[in-house]
Amino acid sequence: MLLIHCPYCDETLPEVEFTYAGQAHVVRPADPSSTSDSEWEAFLFLRENPKGAHYERWRHLHGCGRFFNAVRDTVSDRFLTTYAAGAPRPDLSDLIERAK
Amino acid sequence: MNAPLHSFEPSVLIETAAARVSRAAPGARLSLQARGDLPPLNAALGLDLPTRIGRRARAGALEAICLGPEEWMLHAPEAQAVEILSACAEVYASRPRSLVDVSGRETTFVIDGPRAAELLTLGCARDIDGIAVGEGRRTAFDGVTVILWRDGETSFRMDCWHSFAPHVQHLLEIGCRELAAETI
Repeated sequence: MLLIHCPYCDETLPEVEFTYAGQAHVVRPADPSSTSDSEWEAFLFLRENPKGAHYERWRHLHGCGRFFNAVRDTVSDRFLTTYAAGAPRPDLSDLIERAK
Repeated sequence: MNAPLHSFEPSVLIETAAARVSRAAPGARLSLQARGDLPPLNAALGLDLPTRIGRRARAGALEAICLGPEEWMLHAPEAQAVEILSACAEVYASRPRSLVDVSGRETTFVIDGPRAAELLTLGCARDIDGIAVGEGRRTAFDGVTVILWRDGETSFRMDCWHSFAPHVQHLLEIGCRELAAETI
C-alpha cells in the first residue's frame, strides 16, 4: 500500500484514504469562447502520459477532504513530493536530487 | 437495506472480553465551514475552535473537532442546537460561513474495552496510535468515512452515516467476537 503525505493534515497516511484526481496544473482558458477547437480539445482531453515523474492531483477524501498536488514516479510509484493546491509547480531536478 | 429505526436506540450492541460496542444517545451534530477570522465565531460558540486538524475543544456540553482546514464538526445535546444556530446567525453578517444541522445524518458507536484499538484496525488502515488521547480524525473504516474520537487509551467514539451503520455495526460485532475467541 502506498503511504501518501497530506500537506493539509501534515501526516503520512495510507492510500485508501485518498483518491486520484488526474493530471495537475491543467488551466482552464480564461475565455473559452475565444479559444480554437484544437486548444479546447487539448484542455479537455489531451493529457501527459510520462514514464517517470508525473504532476498529478490527489484528494484526501476520507480525511480533510482537500485536493492537493503530488509528483509521483509512474515507474516506481514513489511520491517525490506533495504540495498544497494552488502552489507553484516544484522544480523537478531539485526533487529528483532530494529523492536520491 | 437500512436498519429498522428501533436499532438506533442507545444500547449495548455487543460485549465480549475484548471490547464493547454500544450506540450513543442521539444528539445535535452541526457541520461548520468557515474561513478567515475565527474570533467572532469563537465568541458566539463560547469556545476556541481548534485550528489543527484532529484537535478538539470543549465548552460545557458543546464539543468541536477540526476535520479539515476551515471545517469543524460540533456535537451538543439536542436542546442546545437551536441556541448555537441562533448565536452564530447573529454574527453571520460579519462572518459568512456555513453551519448545517446534520443531526439526522449520523449515528455514533461507542467502542471501549481492553482491545478497542485493535478492534478498529479491522477496518481502519491508519495507525490508530497516531491519534492521541483527546484528539480525533476523520478516516475510513472498511471503506466508510467515519469520524473517530479517541476519548481514552481504550475508549473511542465512531460517527458514521446512518446508511452505513448496519454494515459498520456488523463488522464491529464480528470483530469483538473474533478478538474474544483469540484470547480464550
